[in-house]
Amino acid sequence: MSSKSVATRVGAALLTFYSSLAMSSKYNFPEPQSAIAQDVYDQHIFAMWICLAIFIAVFGVMFYSILKHRKSLGYKAANFHHSTLVEIIWTAIPCAILVVMALPATKTVLAMKDTSEPDITIKVTGYQWMWGYDYLQGEGEGISFYSKLSTPRAQIENKEPKGENYLLEVDNNLVVPVGKKVRVIVTANDVIHAWWVPAFSVKQDAIPGFVRDAWFKADRTGIFRGQCTELCGKDHGFMPIVVEVVEPEKYAQWVADKQKASASAMTTAALN
Amino acid sequence: MAVVQDVHGHGHDDHHPTGIMRWVCTTNHKDIGTMYLWFSFAMFLVGGFLAMGIRAELFMPGIQILEPELFNSFTTLHGLIMVFGAIMPAFVGLANWQVPMMIGAPDMAFARMNNWSFWILPVAATLLVSSFFVPGGAAAGGWTFYPPLSTQGGMGVDMMIFAVHLLGASSIMGAINIITTILNMRAPGMTLMKMPLFVWTWLITAYLLVLVMPVLAGTVTMLLTDRNFGTSFFNAAGGGDPVLFQHIFWFFGHPEVYIMILPAFGVVSEIIPTFSRKPLFGYSSMVYATASIAILSCVVWAHHMFTVGMPSVGQLFFMYATMLIAVPTGVKVFNWTATMWRGSMTFEVPMLFSIGFIFLFVIGGFSGVICAIVPIDIQVQETYYVIAHFHYVLVSGALFAIFGAVYYWLPKWCGRMYDEKLGKWHFWLSMFFFNLTFFVQHFLGLAGMPRRVPDYALQFADFNMVSSIGGFGFGLTQLFFLYIVIKCIRSGEKAADKPWEGGTTLEWTLPSPAPYHSFETPPTIK
Repeated sequence: MSSKSVATRVGAALLTFYSSLAMSSKYNFPEPQSAIAQDVYDQHIFAMWICLAIFIAVFGVMFYSILKHRKSLGYKAANFHHSTLVEIIWTAIPCAILVVMALPATKTVLAMKDTSEPDITIKVTGYQWMWGYDYLQGEGEGISFYSKLSTPRAQIENKEPKGENYLLEVDNNLVVPVGKKVRVIVTANDVIHAWWVPAFSVKQDAIPGFVRDAWFKADRTGIFRGQCTELCGKDHGFMPIVVEVVEPEKYAQWVADKQKASASAMTTAALN
Repeated sequence: MAVVQDVHGHGHDDHHPTGIMRWVCTTNHKDIGTMYLWFSFAMFLVGGFLAMGIRAELFMPGIQILEPELFNSFTTLHGLIMVFGAIMPAFVGLANWQVPMMIGAPDMAFARMNNWSFWILPVAATLLVSSFFVPGGAAAGGWTFYPPLSTQGGMGVDMMIFAVHLLGASSIMGAINIITTILNMRAPGMTLMKMPLFVWTWLITAYLLVLVMPVLAGTVTMLLTDRNFGTSFFNAAGGGDPVLFQHIFWFFGHPEVYIMILPAFGVVSEIIPTFSRKPLFGYSSMVYATASIAILSCVVWAHHMFTVGMPSVGQLFFMYATMLIAVPTGVKVFNWTATMWRGSMTFEVPMLFSIGFIFLFVIGGFSGVICAIVPIDIQVQETYYVIAHFHYVLVSGALFAIFGAVYYWLPKWCGRMYDEKLGKWHFWLSMFFFNLTFFVQHFLGLAGMPRRVPDYALQFADFNMVSSIGGFGFGLTQLFFLYIVIKCIRSGEKAADKPWEGGTTLEWTLPSPAPYHSFETPPTIK
């Protein structure tokens, strides 16, 4: 077997593996990248199993009845129409199931709300139609920039072939270090937007005149994409969010570069 | 279509103007019911046209036929027209036709107000539809028109606000009429707990309408003065609060959801026993479940707002309250199943639509419970998952029940049978295309596609194409429904007075078609 055909086979196998991964995330939440997102993912799967069990129980009975208790089979109708005991049972069982579902959810709600003691605080501002990021506290304090869709207009208008990250790419990524608690303070300048990164399970409405907060702690490095999820006008579909999670050293480097760039910009401005 | 020579020998009251004036001046509950139903079908086609536009734009990634602003107008008006123009008037039409006949009354309590509450609707519809042609275009802030975005739009938004005022006034009048009719005009011997379930669900729905429509009128008025007269109810810069709008809107909006589904529960609770040839299981628990759902629906509104940043106590309260609604809803489903159990079932079109209703509504109920769980909802809020969820409860819920009701009562209304074979085609095609359109939207939402976007990332392309094909199929199927109804009215076979063997309610004691004035002498209920 030539080395070329081995490479082809390995490549094909990898491609199959990759596309099967893509398949699974197509039917479900994206792969969770934080502890909270993992909780949400697990609770959703758990709730789906409960739904499936109820579905099978209820429609098992109903479709059995539909198949067997038909007039065309000569089935004679019974005449019962009341049973207090049965009513009590099928009120109590759903209540119990709901308690089982609500308990873990309650814990997660409280954890999601706990924005105390962050390592880094970033103010996120929604604009029509882009995001503004201001690093308020922690490493990188003082960095401030806008983040806009970088997909060329021609791709949207079907004049050019669409790129891999069509509509999910921006000019300036939000860069954060891995494993650090990042608190985002979310607000807006004009209308209501919503800042959403599915992989971290963070979604917070950005409301003009109000500040709300949320937090995430990324487990792994990588690039994670989200979108504005509150209708904010014409270009609502065109203001994505890209979070780049990097190693702490790389983050320090990025902070230094950013600060140097802004210092030189200030100097230029002062000289002018 | 319901003019018939009187059979009881007192036809002197059947005089009415003919031609157009019959419909303009009518105070007859059957004529008004007919107009409501035709109006809602016309609006259903308009709203459907907008839906086709949305699905056509979303057929492929990229902007093809609708520019983003127009796309937003399409989604906004699609929602408003379907909710206020199609589903609600259809149920009021059913109530107009059926409530007096089912309680043994000659007509509605306030016959002239009944006329007025209908004739407001075409005016409101004209305002909504014509707003597409004014400078600035139609409202584009979503059917929930949250400020400050809705403060930005042009004249179309003001037209929408006036339309909502009118639709609200019409609904309130209709609701008061229904309450008064049910409470005062029942035949002797028909106690509240002997009323058909359709009448019960409408009584409770009417109370919900009276409770929440004024709230909506209030909030749109505040929006109107914010837009035109310099007030700042919802403008933070002037000391207002944009989130306040959402609280008031959803205080109306969540009961509104049940306004659209409770009469559907009533319809299904009539049809299932009829075709199971067996009394409804747990009648009184059905009544209590309906009432509990109505009461609970007033304390769950903020589950539409889990991402606005409520305190955790608020999130938890609304999560628990919302999950609790699953209990009475579950009781209903179990009761329907128990009604079918050991019945002697046949599967005519009304029964098919009712079973389809239960099957798909339960799926919508499951996704409802999933959306109730705050951490999961924060992920799926404002995504296609929510779109899938509420179309499962509003299309395969409310709309399927309306279809079932039309097939069920059409023989009584026009004295002719619909074509059973064509009706079955309508059901199966609707069932197939509905699921093709909306089931995949669950996956789109989970994978992260936001709602109300005219364009999307490439990984969403194939499911969107599937969904669009399903949508076009579903739309065409409803034109087929129009054909079936017209064929029935024109040339259907003569219907018996009681075309369904298992029918037990009072309307089946009347001739088919029902005389222009029914029950001039009230029947006695044992």
